[in-house]
Amino acid sequence: MTITPELIATHQLSQEEYDKIVALLGREPSYTELGIFSVMWSEHCSYKSSRLHLKKLPTESPRVVQGPGENAGIIDIGDGWAIAFKIESHNHPSFIEPFQGAATGVGGILRDIFTMGARPIAVMDSLRFGPLDDPQSGARNRRIVEGVVAGIAHYGNCFGVPTVGGECLFEPCYNGNPLVNVFALGVFKKDDIFLARARGIGNPVVYVGAKTGKDGIHGASMASAEFTEESKQKRPNVQVGDPFMEKLLLEACLEAMQTGAVVGIQDMGAAGLTCSTCEMGSRGGTGIEIELDRVPQRETGMTPYEIMLSESQERMLLVVEKGREDEVFKVFRKWGLDAVTIGTVTGDGLMRVREHGRVVAEIPSRELADEAPLYDRPHGIPRREAPMEAPPLPEVAPQDALAMLLASPDVCSKRWIYEQYDYTVRTNTTQGPGGDAAVVRIKETGTSVAMALDGNGRYCSLDPREGAKLAVAECCRNLSAVGAEPVAATNCLNFGNPERPEIMAQLVEAIEGMGEACKFFGTPITGGNVSLYNETLGEPIFPTPVLGIVGLMKTKAPVTVDFKNPGRKIVLVGGFGDCDETRFGGTQYAKTIVRQAWGLPPALDMDYEKRVQEAVREIVNEGLAESSHDVSDGGLAVALAECSFGPAGVGASVELAGGMRPEFALFHEGPSRVLVSTQNAERVAEIAARHGVEAPVIGETAASRLTVRESGEALIDCEVYALRTGWDQALERALRG
Amino acid sequence: MKFGVVVFPGSNCDHDAFYAVSQNLGQKAEFLWHDSARIGDVDAVILPGGFSYGDYLRCGAIAKFSPVMAAVKEFAAAGGLVLGICNGFQILVESGLLPGALIRNRGLKFICRPVKLRVETADSPFTSAACKGQTLTVPIAHGEGCYIADERTLDQLEAEDRVAFRYVENPNGSLRDIAGILNEGRNVLGMMPHPERAADPLMGSTDGLRVFESMLQAFAVETPARL
Repeated sequence: MTITPELIATHQLSQEEYDKIVALLGREPSYTELGIFSVMWSEHCSYKSSRLHLKKLPTESPRVVQGPGENAGIIDIGDGWAIAFKIESHNHPSFIEPFQGAATGVGGILRDIFTMGARPIAVMDSLRFGPLDDPQSGARNRRIVEGVVAGIAHYGNCFGVPTVGGECLFEPCYNGNPLVNVFALGVFKKDDIFLARARGIGNPVVYVGAKTGKDGIHGASMASAEFTEESKQKRPNVQVGDPFMEKLLLEACLEAMQTGAVVGIQDMGAAGLTCSTCEMGSRGGTGIEIELDRVPQRETGMTPYEIMLSESQERMLLVVEKGREDEVFKVFRKWGLDAVTIGTVTGDGLMRVREHGRVVAEIPSRELADEAPLYDRPHGIPRREAPMEAPPLPEVAPQDALAMLLASPDVCSKRWIYEQYDYTVRTNTTQGPGGDAAVVRIKETGTSVAMALDGNGRYCSLDPREGAKLAVAECCRNLSAVGAEPVAATNCLNFGNPERPEIMAQLVEAIEGMGEACKFFGTPITGGNVSLYNETLGEPIFPTPVLGIVGLMKTKAPVTVDFKNPGRKIVLVGGFGDCDETRFGGTQYAKTIVRQAWGLPPALDMDYEKRVQEAVREIVNEGLAESSHDVSDGGLAVALAECSFGPAGVGASVELAGGMRPEFALFHEGPSRVLVSTQNAERVAEIAARHGVEAPVIGETAASRLTVRESGEALIDCEVYALRTGWDQALERALRG
Repeated sequence: MKFGVVVFPGSNCDHDAFYAVSQNLGQKAEFLWHDSARIGDVDAVILPGGFSYGDYLRCGAIAKFSPVMAAVKEFAAAGGLVLGICNGFQILVESGLLPGALIRNRGLKFICRPVKLRVETADSPFTSAACKGQTLTVPIAHGEGCYIADERTLDQLEAEDRVAFRYVENPNGSLRDIAGILNEGRNVLGMMPHPERAADPLMGSTDGLRVFESMLQAFAVETPARL
């Protein structure tokens, strides 16, 4: 086939990129080679727009065993054990086919974890959708939510990994471009880590798992372009997941690794066989030669192009020690899986693909994997639509505002979502969804891993740098609220089209802000994923960096959000904070009550934040806190209400300090604040003082009623259950349309 | 006492059941592979939760044909204790060891949450450590846990005191709120809730241990010398 400019364009390669390919090969590429380059050099696989800036992120600490560049990051958790974790996006497929798109998103990230030898023990999801009551796209958005949640449930539940938490927010900018970011975490012995490297010339290359079909061809390239009207026709590009096959693969791979005969292993995810062969060769400093006739195929007549680019799910590539193939094959047979030798490791550094013995592609592995184009795209001033000036604020009674906020889609209970996920399987979930952080114990050691996902596109749309910092701070605060020390992070950067300078500027600002905060809080980024071109018909999403941070704590029953007993002192560790009109514009109050965004996100003092978190961890770990909850979306009033929604139905009676407008005092979202209920307020005060943080006692827990007063006047005074019903059922109601 | 935990391809609560009886109950345990036609010297069999063979056809419909199930049937016929949890309950029903069927939840969605169960009889080797009428908090996690049977079967189950547990608040539409039933010989129990997930104080409830403790009591009465 002749390579025409049109063909190059349909492969989403620029003319310059094509010229680079020709120079690299010293000849024109074949059609198959063009396909291979197009996926490996797609934004999705090569990070060509973001690589330059990702280098600014901190990636090291004494705990980091494996930073970015492998299938997942790894950190040492002590006692000879380690955890592997990562977050990845599956945004584009989930819009085109919500159920399978989300399901295969879970499947892909799980494979990344067990490819390294770790057994997955937890999944979390960060989701963004368009509004459920949107006049034009509400019905479609509701279908997408139903599909995505059911897809995640289908895959995770069958695989047998608990989905322990996450977040879900709604904004019009996600109407045509929902976000599905999936986080997974696995555990293993430090000595059992496997890397995706092809080593040992002459070693056989073994293909395991599902057969290769025509599904998902060019999935990686699809994820690297904006959506247009035609995108819906790309449904065949979305793969279909088989969680049962994945479960078998998990058990078989972990068992095969125990034989000692596996040299290297990589899953076939984005860009399938292409990516796994060239990356394993590149990382191992070797080449790989494969014969396509030996690749198990789902249908006859597949071309080399299709086989190499297929993104069929549940497939793995292994390099096995020569002469020990049978040990590995025996394990796969036991689990009823196909395992076939399809090639060998070579010493020439080339990825050579044959069909019927004839060479159809021959490309230097390292150049293909690592010499992808790198762009320093122009970035000016970040795109911003909201005004700086605050509009006149409407007069709304605080109690009505609170009820509206609690029943708003962002703030309301996500029970409808998380009850569809099996969050107790594996009997490790000591704190499941609905809390500040999820906590999963490691049975083999006395350590538990706490984890949280946070991202706030609304803040980032007002100031991407500060918004990213706030996300890091909030994520760490969520971990601190359960007593865990944050140790490492993973990130998923969801942005619009990087070829637009105002979008690129958002990306750069967010990365720099995130880097600064991660460095400050001691949570290096060990891996993650960048998802660009999140635009439909030219409308970009909010800049949405999502952080996944893990923390460590001694295994014990975690402190939960809800008030347990009446008559306990309520301490606001960190104090009432501060707010003005400008800093109020990114709050949930602004969004739900004023129905606008303006100004700037809340101001963050990282040094103070760190001290608040240290104090809270100490308070929690000394056993002083009966409940603990960070103040975030919806501010103090919403946090107090959430603390009241526990099984005991214990409310609170609180007095505000005064000196701030009531709606600011109740609903501002200033960071560095955690609500704690305690029987020993003196000791809590001592600890807070030692860390130099304010910790006013703001009231007491009280049976069944929530009351908030300022200078004697009741701003909020109602029965807890009256607020609880709206909060508990809002999502289900909204989904009914 | 030695428990045998069956492992089907797709079982995913096998390790949890194993952990509950070995670590929380302190007894011996071993895994029984689905392909094996023999179950060896175990004193009780647990069919764990999960998605045996993917459950793409009908839950438990393939598992009933596995070699190990023939052995489990023999074991049950000889009076051996068999506990089926969640997918294990579905397999027992498909295998004809228990009557009725388990269909999709009333709301058509998977449900994971702790539920309250009422112990309906203490007269069984799975419930003797509890009291009749006692409430236990145990998690459920299933998409197809709605128990159905014809009226005559339901009447018979009740008349013969074979309803082991009922939901206090019915989550899935099960007829007569049934959460777990016994066979005629009272040595086979199928239940949708997961007692192995409520066997450790860290998991928020240890009520599920009553089931395993009952089995241990029954075994001690039967064979005091071997304990």
